[in-house]
Amino acid sequence: MKIAITASGETLDSPVDPRFGRAKYFIVVDSETGDYRTVDNAQNLNAAQGAGIQAAENVVHLGAECVLTGNCGPKAFRAMQAAGVKIIIGVEGSVSGVLEKFKAGEYQTADASNVEGHWL
Amino acid sequence: MQIAIASGKGGTGKTTIATNLAWSVSSHRPTRLLDCDVEEPNCHIFLNPEIEKTDTVGVPVPLVDTEKCTGCGKCGELCQYSAIVSMKSKPLTFPELCHGCGGCSLVCPADAITEVDREVGVVESGKAGKLKFVRGLLRIGEAMSPPLIRAVKTFIDEDLLTIIDAPPGTSCPVIEAIRGVDYVILVTEPTPFGLNDLILAVETVRQLRIPFGVIVNRAGIGDQEVQAYCEKEKIPILLELPDDRRIAEAYSRGEMAVNAIAGLQDKFNSLYAELAEYLNEY
Repeated sequence: MKIAITASGETLDSPVDPRFGRAKYFIVVDSETGDYRTVDNAQNLNAAQGAGIQAAENVVHLGAECVLTGNCGPKAFRAMQAAGVKIIIGVEGSVSGVLEKFKAGEYQTADASNVEGHWL
Repeated sequence: MQIAIASGKGGTGKTTIATNLAWSVSSHRPTRLLDCDVEEPNCHIFLNPEIEKTDTVGVPVPLVDTEKCTGCGKCGELCQYSAIVSMKSKPLTFPELCHGCGGCSLVCPADAITEVDREVGVVESGKAGKLKFVRGLLRIGEAMSPPLIRAVKTFIDEDLLTIIDAPPGTSCPVIEAIRGVDYVILVTEPTPFGLNDLILAVETVRQLRIPFGVIVNRAGIGDQEVQAYCEKEKIPILLELPDDRRIAEAYSRGEMAVNAIAGLQDKFNSLYAELAEYLNEY
């Protein structure tokens, strides 16, 4: 399964970026093979508004079926839910550590956003 | 003729200047005050206007007919504000992000998008004595004020003197409020905070190429740095309003400063006369 993890660096040992829409990078990993690619999210990081929705669109286009991040606001949540992407909130530590925990089935899919939307 | 009162820093006295200037001039010239600080309009507190008309202001937002929609995604590709997105599903709309450009309905090949009004606030119009008065009042929780400010500005009448009370800051609502006016008065206080934000406001107004001058409110407190900056930048200081307890007391009672201090109305009238003369020459 393809999963997207928000990261503050480009490699698997980077810490998870707690922000979703304004995460520095997305690391998209195939949880079976371990193959991954890093996608720069700089465009959304600096967006005036709609960063969460845009990021949601990006992860959908990247083919991710599940997103793991620290926090997720209501608009991004709604957009990903509509596209059938599972969302796991509240993860922390290194990307590789999160990946291991994910494979071990330690996480639960969120059924609602955990933070408020914010403006500008 | 249109004069906007802006500031950069909040709480420097924009409303005090706008209401007292408009009130003073209205005694001898037809004048309308537009309260464009629609997130927090407060000119009415000092003017107690009689409101004669209330109009609802809306922004057109997309409504998708999911029967007609083919899920092609053209609407989402066009929208710069992520107000409509189309992924694997039929489009999702986020009306609070929509700027109302109508582009999505134009590009939709299936004719599935119509525009419906989303209320952002109201415009109230009326008068206070001889002074004509208009204010915008943004709906609580609403973040997008420029469409409402534009609606308030439709009350600009070339035959009247229009005084605009602008919002604080230097972002979109301020640009919307001061765009197209003949002159901007920047109100500041003589403190480091006042100066810092005055500089930002000056840079903004210069970008818009609108002539401007400065009013120093609460003169006597703080330091002389604002005056030094204005001298260096060759910015005219139009008026220095002293830090006077009588003005503060009148303000706290919701009363006009010109009624609290004898001779102040004359100062506002001469300020207007100077600006009118300058603008005729300009």
